[in-house]
Amino acid sequence: MMNSVLKRSVVNGLNLQRGLATATAVAPRLKNFKVYRWSPDEPSKKPYLQTFQVDLNECGPMVLDALLKIKNEQDATLTLRRSCREGICGSCAMNIGGRNTLACLCKIDQNESKDLKVYPLPHMYIVKDLVPDLTNFYQQYKSIQPYLQRKSYPEDGKEILQSVEDRKKLDGLYECILCACCSTSCPSYWWNQEQYLGPAVLLQAYRWLIDSRDQAAQTRKAMLQNTMSLYRCHTIMNCTRTCPKGLNPGLAIAEIKKELATD
Amino acid sequence: MAKRLSGLQKEVLHLYRASVRVAHTKPKQNQPHFINYIREEFGKHKDLPKRDFTTIEHLLRVGNKRINLYSSPELKDIN
Repeated sequence: MMNSVLKRSVVNGLNLQRGLATATAVAPRLKNFKVYRWSPDEPSKKPYLQTFQVDLNECGPMVLDALLKIKNEQDATLTLRRSCREGICGSCAMNIGGRNTLACLCKIDQNESKDLKVYPLPHMYIVKDLVPDLTNFYQQYKSIQPYLQRKSYPEDGKEILQSVEDRKKLDGLYECILCACCSTSCPSYWWNQEQYLGPAVLLQAYRWLIDSRDQAAQTRKAMLQNTMSLYRCHTIMNCTRTCPKGLNPGLAIAEIKKELATD
Repeated sequence: MAKRLSGLQKEVLHLYRASVRVAHTKPKQNQPHFINYIREEFGKHKDLPKRDFTTIEHLLRVGNKRINLYSSPELKDIN
């Protein structure tokens, strides 16, 4: 009894000090974050949106900061992938406010009267909460053989040289971080995930197709020469619109189509 | 005549039979462990309503993935 009274007074004392210290500070700006929740531990429970309130004054500027703040302070079971927090790893790709983007590159709308909805990447199987199952995506990436293929190597055993112009062709392609934002924004990919490769993988296919150091262009083209892998692209261009790195997968696909047409 | 099964029910049975087949590729003395494990895992969701399609489909995906994982010959025992 005595102890609890003592404790309370200590707590009160702290509160009082705190109150004094922050008396001049601004009132909390609470913003609602509605986050998609689903747990595989209770598979029969339907997915739902959980609302969290985050004080924007005490939170970093990006959505990832808010999500990590929720995870740290409110609900440790919230599950998401993240790593570099600067848009170079592509782990934190999710659907924020209706747009596929990286949580670490997406600023929070500072208008606290508006709710922000956070979903996982659309039309993917969910592992938990905001974590989609990207196995199929990675399998497709593997299927285009994204590595240098050559029969002959330079006589001197040193590096394979490339002209400045040839190197320039790779700009806008090599920056892709395979976050899957573009593929999962493509309606064509939603309906034909198993066969259509999707913009991200096709961008990489093109990157290897035009690499001057690669000698397997013919086999690479032959792999794409069917109705499904490439030609399910109907130039909807959602990929280019959504790409968080500002790349243009739509253009790359168009270039592949051109190369295949003249084949 | 036996009751006709729905497509989904057939898929569940296929999954079960496939898992048992995988169990029979394992060393003789460890096979009961695998069979017990399979029965336990299926038993966990015994009470699932048969109209809960999304859940059943999810569990089928999980199950198929696990079969792929466990059918590697390096995996010899399970606890």
